Amino acid sequence: MKESQRYLQGNTGNWELVVGLEVHAQVISDAKLFSGAATAFGAPPNTQVSLVDAAMPGMLPVINRQCIYQVVRTGLALGAEVNLESVFDRKNYFYPDLPQGYQISQYAKPIVGKGEIIVDLEDGTSRRIAITRIHLEQDAGKSLHDQHPTKTFVDLNRSGVALMEIVSEPDMRSAEEAGAYVRKLRSILRHIKTCDGNMEQGSMRCDVNVSVRRPGEPYGTRCEIKNLNSVRFLMRAIQCESARQIEVIENGGRVIQETRLFDPDRVETRLMRSKEEAHDYRYFPDPDLLPVRLEAEWVAQLKAELPELPNEKRARFVQQYGLTLADAGVLVAEPDRADFFESLAEGRDPKHAANWVVGELLGKLNKTGVELFSAKISAIQLGELIDLIHDDKISGRIAKQVFDEMFETGKDAVRIVEERGLAQVSDEGELDQHIDQILNSNSDKVAEYKAGKEKLFGFFVGQVMKATNGKANPKLVNRLLRGRLSN
Amino acid sequence: MALKKEIVAQIAKLARLEVDESDLDLMCSELSQILAWVEQLEEVDIGSVPPMTSVIEMDLKFREDVVTDGNQADDVIANAPERDHHFFVVPKVIE
Repeated sequence: MKESQRYLQGNTGNWELVVGLEVHAQVISDAKLFSGAATAFGAPPNTQVSLVDAAMPGMLPVINRQCIYQVVRTGLALGAEVNLESVFDRKNYFYPDLPQGYQISQYAKPIVGKGEIIVDLEDGTSRRIAITRIHLEQDAGKSLHDQHPTKTFVDLNRSGVALMEIVSEPDMRSAEEAGAYVRKLRSILRHIKTCDGNMEQGSMRCDVNVSVRRPGEPYGTRCEIKNLNSVRFLMRAIQCESARQIEVIENGGRVIQETRLFDPDRVETRLMRSKEEAHDYRYFPDPDLLPVRLEAEWVAQLKAELPELPNEKRARFVQQYGLTLADAGVLVAEPDRADFFESLAEGRDPKHAANWVVGELLGKLNKTGVELFSAKISAIQLGELIDLIHDDKISGRIAKQVFDEMFETGKDAVRIVEERGLAQVSDEGELDQHIDQILNSNSDKVAEYKAGKEKLFGFFVGQVMKATNGKANPKLVNRLLRGRLSN
Repeated sequence: MALKKEIVAQIAKLARLEVDESDLDLMCSELSQILAWVEQLEEVDIGSVPPMTSVIEMDLKFREDVVTDGNQADDVIANAPERDHHFFVVPKVIE
């Protein structure tokens, strides 16, 4: 990276940005971390609450095996150490959506230790970001502040759902790196199916620590910005928080360590009032839970059973299908996208298949905001469309038109081509008629062409395509025209 | 270790306990005595002894990932001082 891009420009010189992230990822499990209540999103209020989650007196937590399985797999996918003994602690604080008065979390002995994520940047370089730890903890309930002018409504359905808190080292140096880190982490979690990564529904949220320093100096004082629920907001929050800190220091002030909130409407961070008083969580080991002890053989078995991870898959796509690293990277970012491509590429030109997925399909999904899993067009259907082009039944241009309709209606390509009469015209007689007409009515251009202005060839092709509404078989048109114009 | 009154007041606040100003001195001396006792315990070298996590040797029990509970919103909110449409209702806590 160039010097000028690596640093932020202040009025008094360069500043280096330092970013660390804490990502809360909701574990995919049917039941909660310590109770048998369901975890599904969007149920009516307080219907997925056991008396454990509501912290009724005398209730005791019993850990869900699946949640341990999921967090260990996550650690393994991030190349991390798995601690064969870990301990649950109580993190004490009061809030209406935390009925226990403490969160069961992990502190001194988390289940997963140091690991790393390799993030890929837009300029094609990659960076290694160290993971400090991953611990397992309970989610809190949900507070609704907009139901009543003076009241807060509390729904405990989310209370007790398992979360993985994935903590990074302060290894990121730009908002772009932080964004790439979250996207890569989400991609890995989705590949191994330990978190759905759905930030809009809150199943993945992040807190970011931001500080600035002069290049080469020790770390500056950091501020934490809480609860960012999209990659875009994360990047914007880092940008405006670092600008704020630089301004404070350059105006002779000092950055104060504090917790802040990002306001996306005003594009600024502001102090979170409830956190002004420094939190003292008074962690201590939860006496209701014994330490978690894992068998080394079990961990080794989970490691052996991990599915192909995004970077491995990307390398395979480059090797097996001859794709560019960039295209392969786009395809493996989401597991369902990679699967879609692979079933499309089977028995077809893989580069052609990749172009359709990366260019047309993803373009369309982005534009319409539709997710691939809910798109109306299947890999089989798109494959049939590609086959029509390959078999010269329709032209590439018409195919894009057909694709648009398939995407909208979910109809098969063959049916759309039939209904709309879009089949490619490969009848030489019919094309000859069009060519006759065009050459006759453009005799001046024919003369120019024959006099050496060969660029006009494209004009004649264009006219034939126009006369046939784009349906003429371009290869055939080329051949017929060449024949007619050469004598 | 002798605790200051402000620390005791802060501990009470964090635990959401209402402690009368006149009780603080007594609390101070009682808590300080407890801490002094713990400090005395700390004199014993236990560096080579693993922490005891249970009176009898046993392993953490696991539950299977099966939904066995829930669908009792009426029971869950039965003791709530205020409720609406199966929500708990509390004074507004927005930032």
